[in-house]
This record gives sequence, C-alpha cells and structure tokens, in this order.
Amino acid sequence: MNAHGSIAADTWTVAGRTFTSRLIVGTGKYKSLEENAAAVAASGAEIVTVAVRRVNVSDPKAPMLTDYIDPNEVVYLPNTAGCFTAEEAIRTLRLAREAGGWKLVKLEVLAEAKTLYPDMIETIRATELLSNEGFEVMVYCTDDPIMAKRCEDAGAVAVMPLGAPIGSGLGVQNPVTIRLIVEGAKVPVLVDAGVGTASDAAAAMELGCDGVLMNTAIAEAKDPVLMAGAMKSAVEAGRLAYRAGRMAKRRYADPSSPLAGLI
Amino acid sequence: MSETETHSIAVNGEHRRVAAGTTIALLVQELGLDPARVAVERNLAVVPRSTLAQVQVEDGDDYEIVHFVGGG
Repeated sequence: MNAHGSIAADTWTVAGRTFTSRLIVGTGKYKSLEENAAAVAASGAEIVTVAVRRVNVSDPKAPMLTDYIDPNEVVYLPNTAGCFTAEEAIRTLRLAREAGGWKLVKLEVLAEAKTLYPDMIETIRATELLSNEGFEVMVYCTDDPIMAKRCEDAGAVAVMPLGAPIGSGLGVQNPVTIRLIVEGAKVPVLVDAGVGTASDAAAAMELGCDGVLMNTAIAEAKDPVLMAGAMKSAVEAGRLAYRAGRMAKRRYADPSSPLAGLI
Repeated sequence: MSETETHSIAVNGEHRRVAAGTTIALLVQELGLDPARVAVERNLAVVPRSTLAQVQVEDGDDYEIVHFVGGG
C-alpha cells in the first residue's frame, strides 16, 4: 500500500472511541468563524477543543460556533481553560456535559496567568473527582513522567503533556521526558500546547506520541488554512517516521554509494 | 398572588426582574436564546435541559447560562 493507505489503517483510540486523525485543533483566536471552520476542515481534525462561556445576553442572535463547526461531524472536546482550581474546572465541565451531552472532556487546571503552567496538585484532584462522576478526562499536564503517571492513576483516559507553554510556539522543549511519558503510559499521550510550526508537530509525533493538540500555531499563522494543511501533513509524516523507525545516529560520515567497483 | 408580582434574579452576573411563575425555559426564550443550545446553572447546580420547562424561577435565583465558544 502507499503511504496514504498506511495512514488510514493507523488509528488511535481514546475512551473507546477510535480516530484516524492524530491532530486535535483548538477553535480560539481566529479572525472569524468562517476562517476557523476552513482551518478545521484543512487540518482533517476529527476532534476540536471548545471553551464554555457565558452567552451574550445583550446580543443573543450573535453567530455561534456550532453554526460553523457541526458537533455532529466533529467531536467537541470541552475544555476548562481559565480555571485555576479543581472546583472551577468541575463546575465548568458539568455545564459542558449538560450543554453538549458529552462525557469526553479536556481538563486543564492552571496555576498562574503568567506561565499558564498546570497546577498538578489541583489537576490530579480534579481528574479523580471527574472520573468518579463518569467523565472521560483527557488531562493537560506538565511534561513530567511521574505527574503523567499520577494523572493516569487518577483515571485520565489520555495524558496531554505540554510541549512548551500555551501559546508560546517554542516547540517540544523536553523531548526526553515526553518520550519517557510515552514509554510509561497505558493511555494515549498527546502533546498539548507549545507547537509553533509543522516541524514541531512532526518532532512530537516522532517521539511516539499518539497525537498533537494545537491552537495558536494555526490560528496565528499568516495563512491559518494553509498552516492547518501543513500541520496535517506534519503529524502524518511524524507518525509514519515513528512507525518506520529512524536510522541510528553516527558520529561520522558513512557513504551511501558502494566503495567497491570504484574506478 | 397578583399577576404583576415579579422576582428579582441575576443572569450571568446581571440583575433582572421576571414575572412570578416564569419557568427557566421561558426565561431562556425571553432572552432570545435557544434552550437546546445552552446549559443553565441555577444557584450553582446544573439544571437538566429536560426539566427547564418545569422548574419555576424563584426570587433571588442566580443563573449562569453558557454555551460553547472557540477555545484551545
């Protein structure tokens, strides 16, 4: 089979749901809902993250995300962005479950506004409480193998270590610890946050991650729709390279043409 | 109970007055919203969508009405 055939056969499963695309995209920061929808389509993503916010009571007829991105066609993954305690996150996700009827959620409990770094103590506490309430929790966490394991023990259906701070676009800063998380996890591992450009996404996939979640790298590109396509290709390329198994690194050159028969 | 009796409530942090006897479903509709596309929290407890038409608004209630928006 050709490469595309191989990609189609290579699925991943979270909480009993199987997906072909390994790219999850956010829906924030876009110039318009039209551009957002076009970028999601170009990314090939089967899951999009969404936030839960107050309706605008003064403008109830304002266009809604669901008018542009159909929740029947793409899985909505509600997040807890902006929540700084377990209780805030749980309150948000209970509302999300009622609004959408979905149990699969993305938990992020942040420690501070400056770094948007996850508060792992609160994150693990919330993971346990939400799992006990029947939620299927994909957990945004630090790139620390022990913390990722603790999330898994608390009931996470996927662990999603940050590649770099949210919105920074710095790429995977700790490939060693991301690889350790992948090796130790019994649930899917997705790099969430920090991807800046296509090579960052490919690098994350080459570490053996099951997927990559990104928002700003696409939304803040000069041409978000073009970048969405680039990310789709990068995630697929990185995945194929991981499956193919890269060559060993050498300290010196090794000729590709035979030395025998040289004139 | 007079027909003009009203209840004082808060919706998404803003004070409002509604006629006594108003159900939450009616409140949501009066705000111009589609009950099928929002979630309602009343005094910190989620109100199941299936019961919005049964639950009456009480004086002093604090509502949060949310929906999905773009996010990462």
